[in-house]
Amino acid sequence: MKKHFGLFSQFAIGVLFGFGLIISGMSNPQKVLGFLDLAGPWDPSLIFVMVGAILVGLGGFYVVKNRSEAFFGGAFHIPTRKDISKALVIGSFIFGVGWGIAGICPGPAIVALGAGYLKALAFVVAMLVGMRICERFFSGHKHLPK
Amino acid sequence: MQIDWLSFTPIPSLLGGALLGIAAALYVLLHGRILGISGIISGLLHPKPNDVVWRLALVLGLLTSPLWAALFFGIRPVVEIHTGWYAILIAGFLVGFGVQYGSGCTSGHGICGLSRLSPRSLVATLSFMGAGFLTVFILRHLIGG
Repeated sequence: MKKHFGLFSQFAIGVLFGFGLIISGMSNPQKVLGFLDLAGPWDPSLIFVMVGAILVGLGGFYVVKNRSEAFFGGAFHIPTRKDISKALVIGSFIFGVGWGIAGICPGPAIVALGAGYLKALAFVVAMLVGMRICERFFSGHKHLPK
Repeated sequence: MQIDWLSFTPIPSLLGGALLGIAAALYVLLHGRILGISGIISGLLHPKPNDVVWRLALVLGLLTSPLWAALFFGIRPVVEIHTGWYAILIAGFLVGFGVQYGSGCTSGHGICGLSRLSPRSLVATLSFMGAGFLTVFILRHLIGG
């Protein structure tokens, strides 16, 4: 029973995250590009999204510090690495270049796909290929939440 | 610098952002994991036993969120993609490669990482934001201008 609750919770949190992206305007690539375009007419909305998210997130992660187990069981899978690796900086930079071209990052890509946009489908397929190629040829760098 | 007051939406963005924070906080408290969309998706590329269904459940929730927003609240997400097809493919590839190589995206590093005061995530966020600013400047003002 708890397992099914757990799966429903995963689904519901996915929906909630999607609502957050839709309401904040971040599901719209043009709005994201409006933030990234410092030299044009600048839309600072993304800063407000980050502030809203982090204020709440700080509380959540603070509570986690004093707990040993997640509600649906099991230990916490929270990254422990502290080193600032080249892969971290270069990988994030490459991600940022792609983000700057289209204004789309992984979460909003899935939301736009669900809203029925064919270009979002093309983006997601290309993204999966990119992930796979990175993993295949640079497999030393395993992803965060394992 | 000139503010685009017509596009600027401080209140919905702050509230939507709070929802993102609530989702990330609930996720770590209930499931013990970082709500990093790229990591959750990339884990599906090399399926392991007992490691697939929960990822699919979360992605399915995200994927169907526009449907529920329309059904229950009458909200349709605004999605304007003006980028051409080739550029979309290049962007998607770079995003996929980059998040895999850099261990996270806007959700994992940006929201969760900064919320747990991770120095790695701060560096990652500065790197992808800097790259984003630079790329848009080059595309819109140096090449496209």
